[in-house]
Amino acid sequence: MVRTVNGQPGSLRSPAGPTSGGRGGRHSASGRPLTSQQRFAVWIRRHRVAPYLLLVPSIALIGVLVLYPTVQIGVISFQNYGLQQEIGTLPTQWVGFGNYSQILHDPEFWLSLRISLISAVVMVPLTLVVGTLVGLLLSRLGPRMAAFVSSVATLAWATPAVSASVVFVWLATPDGGVVDWFLSKWPSWLGGGAHWAAFSWTNAALPAYTLITILVVWSGFPFVAVSVLAGLRTIPSELHESARVDGASGWRIFWKVTFPLLKPIFLVLVLLSIIWDFGVFTQVYIVIGELGQRDLYNLGIYEYANAFNMPPEYGLASAGAFILTIILLILTVGYVRASVRQGALR
Amino acid sequence: MTALSSPRSGFRLSRRSRRALLNLLGLLVALVTVFPILWMISTAFKPATEWYSLTPHPIPSHPTLANFRAVFSGSLVGKSYWVFLRNGLFVTVSAVILSSLIALLAAVALARFRFRLRTTYLIMLLIVQMLPQQALIITLFLDFRSWGLLDNLVGLALLYTTFALPVTILMLRNFVAAVPREVEEAASIDGAGPYKVFWRVLLPLVAPGLVATSVFAFIFAYNEFVFALSLLSPTSVGKFTLPLSVQYFYGRNGAQWGPIMASSTLFTIPVMLFFIGVQRRLASGLVAGAVKG
Repeated sequence: MVRTVNGQPGSLRSPAGPTSGGRGGRHSASGRPLTSQQRFAVWIRRHRVAPYLLLVPSIALIGVLVLYPTVQIGVISFQNYGLQQEIGTLPTQWVGFGNYSQILHDPEFWLSLRISLISAVVMVPLTLVVGTLVGLLLSRLGPRMAAFVSSVATLAWATPAVSASVVFVWLATPDGGVVDWFLSKWPSWLGGGAHWAAFSWTNAALPAYTLITILVVWSGFPFVAVSVLAGLRTIPSELHESARVDGASGWRIFWKVTFPLLKPIFLVLVLLSIIWDFGVFTQVYIVIGELGQRDLYNLGIYEYANAFNMPPEYGLASAGAFILTIILLILTVGYVRASVRQGALR
Repeated sequence: MTALSSPRSGFRLSRRSRRALLNLLGLLVALVTVFPILWMISTAFKPATEWYSLTPHPIPSHPTLANFRAVFSGSLVGKSYWVFLRNGLFVTVSAVILSSLIALLAAVALARFRFRLRTTYLIMLLIVQMLPQQALIITLFLDFRSWGLLDNLVGLALLYTTFALPVTILMLRNFVAAVPREVEEAASIDGAGPYKVFWRVLLPLVAPGLVATSVFAFIFAYNEFVFALSLLSPTSVGKFTLPLSVQYFYGRNGAQWGPIMASSTLFTIPVMLFFIGVQRRLASGLVAGAVKG
């Protein structure tokens, strides 16, 4: 089990109450009556409210800017809140499950859901396999080469999603993009050929999501590689050596020694990748060229477009957003459980 | 170790050729990975005649600064890069400072106290970290409009502070827990009050932790796109942050690849330098506080 956590936060030595603050009691040591500040300190200690006071700012911000909007999504998804209601010509009404049934009868919803599912099913394993392979490679390279390769990988990781998306669109642009040029020069028995010249990657779902997948894997694999490498460093080298002396192949060593030891890391990486790749938004928004092509939406873009395309349908969009949130929350339950097992709650 | 200790199976490569092969693989990975970044930078220096050449060259044959000049002068979107940089730095720095302070308070509560709802609070953080921004933005947009915070960088900074909190708190609490309780106790025996202990003892000791967590808040706020896109309207380009300006640039000038890549380069290079600088620290806190990329 690998922990990045050092020490155990908060021991049980003093179950509650501040550790600092000096003398307690109603009166100061000199017997003078307490100032209001001191009385406040006593009150904090007596009622053990110090931790709650410390949490007030974070809870206030998260409550107002995260939890409240989340509840609102649930509420508005049962209302017919749209343009008419926004400008006040029609009153807001409760419509029950109307928005949900409208969405579930919308072929575009099912298309976007399918696109989200399929792209996550491709992106997640690809990111993990590439990342793990690079992590294993890094662990076997000499120190200088490893530092060089991991620095370069860090550059890809550091590239903001917006920049990476714009750059990949430029690489794959039909007129003058280097990808189409390369593919048109590529030998035909490897799938290249002149028909690639001026091939548009962003006009249909399959090429567009192929591009997005490469983009997501490119920006995602360094995180996996560095995490795997950090995990590998914690495995005693004797384990690998003795397995090799026993004649085990690299493949066998990975599945019988490395993988079981790194399982907790892989579990978290898999869950995080699923959550991120299912919810990928920025890259898709930029590659498919904003909200123009409805048949290229994934689930996130679909619900977003319902709210931000004219005319706005906030109720409908909230229903879509609610569905997306529920799917991601189900995945998050797995992530939380894995984190708990790694000691996140201690 | 000598060559003798290498495994016996006959088809294995010799140690030296295996090393050469691995290095070659490493170079290949590095090349494929760095290519898009190099292409971005090289396009940024190419004059318009070289953007679409029939045989692309990785190195511009007539390098020019015209693309950067267009970005700085704002001739393409009406506002200069400096405006976007100023906006971006404003929201980023505010978010970093605010989230560090607020997270430190919460981290002290989590690391030093056992209290009811502690587990609930921690689970809430893990969930908040995973909520999809493109879902929340629908009601956030309506709320921000009724609160008069649309096209407002203060509102955006508060939002970034909030969304940086879960990771920052989860990471910082380990740093606080690593500070021995005895240090604080010694200080308070010497007569320091709780505030003094916090500012003079705890804060200096967790400063390295604050630096590490600030990195995550910085990168998140500097790169964030969905909220900026939805809460800053195209009618107020002067309020745009850097990522939004790059996307807007691209959306408005689809074929001007030189200036687009120049703006993208100017946006990306600072983060890269930042990442390289803190590479070591990043690896340590990875799985503990997983961060959105």
